[in-house]
Amino acid sequence: MTMLDIQRRSATTTEAPQVRHLPKIAKLIDVSTCIGCKACQVACMEWNDLRDEVGKNVGVYDNPADLSDQSWTLMRFSETEQNGKLEWLIRKDGCMHCADPGCLKACPSPGAIIQYSNGIVDFQQDQCIGCGYCIQGCPFNIPRISKKDNKAYKCSLCSDRVAVGQAPACVKTCPTGAIHFGTKEDMQDYAEERITDLKARGYQNAGLYDPQGVGGTHVMYVLQHADQPELYANLPANPKIAATVSLWKGITKPLGLAGFGLIALGAFFHFIKRGRKEVHEDEDDQLAIVRQSGSNGRDA
Amino acid sequence: MTAQMTRRQFFKVTAGGVASVGLGALGLSPEQVQAATRPFKLERTTEARNICPYCSVSCGVLMYSIGDKAKNVKAEIIHIEGDPDNPVNRGTLCPKGAGLLDMIHSPNRLKYPEVREAGTSEWKRISWDEAITRIATHMRADRDANFQAKNADGVTVNRWQSAGFLASSAASNEAGYLTNKVLRGLGMTAIDTQARI
Repeated sequence: MTMLDIQRRSATTTEAPQVRHLPKIAKLIDVSTCIGCKACQVACMEWNDLRDEVGKNVGVYDNPADLSDQSWTLMRFSETEQNGKLEWLIRKDGCMHCADPGCLKACPSPGAIIQYSNGIVDFQQDQCIGCGYCIQGCPFNIPRISKKDNKAYKCSLCSDRVAVGQAPACVKTCPTGAIHFGTKEDMQDYAEERITDLKARGYQNAGLYDPQGVGGTHVMYVLQHADQPELYANLPANPKIAATVSLWKGITKPLGLAGFGLIALGAFFHFIKRGRKEVHEDEDDQLAIVRQSGSNGRDA
Repeated sequence: MTAQMTRRQFFKVTAGGVASVGLGALGLSPEQVQAATRPFKLERTTEARNICPYCSVSCGVLMYSIGDKAKNVKAEIIHIEGDPDNPVNRGTLCPKGAGLLDMIHSPNRLKYPEVREAGTSEWKRISWDEAITRIATHMRADRDANFQAKNADGVTVNRWQSAGFLASSAASNEAGYLTNKVLRGLGMTAIDTQARI
């Protein structure tokens, strides 16, 4: 059994061990060198033992049309006109593995979502209760609930492969080298090289997508038009965890717990002071008789 | 029939439920803090190298099968990925190559020699021995009929141009050498292989 150190765990107040730190890893997707061949989609399904249903052509190259419990990654194709020229932008969509994950924050089931100390955010389906809060918490709309078992699924960044020192399946298979994998620092350095190259080729606004609104991500994009991420199939320009999730899991939770504690304490002292509530022996019997006659009346 | 519950029992159950949920919320969860990644599925599998059969690029693949080749174990391929040591693809695979596993397990895959006799529409399964004998017989007949020892100018050419041969992309250098040696020896000129780079 391969294990990774845990950094954070959903719906858990006890602190996770914080002393050891694995090097932070990251996946870098260079949108400018992606040809949309979908090898990553196939490799993902093959490695993770998923097989999506054969879908229908919806008129665009996106296939399947959306992420699902069986499709954890998806090429999204967008056509746009930039500087008087048609551009076909192809973005590999999937979990961004946020440093501050909204799904983990929103999740009410202890241990259903965990963040390993190398940065991977992973769903533990055996703990998942299928409430779908992770979907509400995700600023990128990634998790999907399976119709088969009502549990949430998404990209695991191949945590099983990474745990034994291998690269995620999509990274390994990518024929054009558009997907890279390594430490986050190395990926940032490589992105810098790519951005310099893109700028030299006339993409003045080329840049790295590593949104700070979610604490940075462990899946980053090199974009030709980093000033307009919306061009890439509505990639959010400044993703943030929804205010309702922050509020509910932020201030409200400790207040609610404090209130709960006070009530419990009050009930305890009330019990000490006043003792048990006295009930006449025949009260329950009378109620039972009343209910019995009531139900008999309905039947008749 | 409905289960009867007294008012007092109802309050007890409710209070118990609230208390246990509350304890969980306060961090007093009875579960252990643990999280294992999915077990690495290639551990102790048997790894074999091969060449992707799809196109002429001939990417190297690693095939992983269950079982350690012990006598009573039936091996089965469970995963295929690119071979990082192969200079052609260095570990990468295109979408077709990345999905090779499903081609191997496809119900439509040809697994044994079949023949459609002249005048029939049915494909009939035959043994490998029978298939090789038939191919050799046809080759022999065609070569005997069409072999050219000399051309129109009387120059010795020793060629057999009425048949061709398509070799496997998964052949090793040694197998490729033998293929060429045998076929050129027969005088065949039209030799091609899917792996043409």
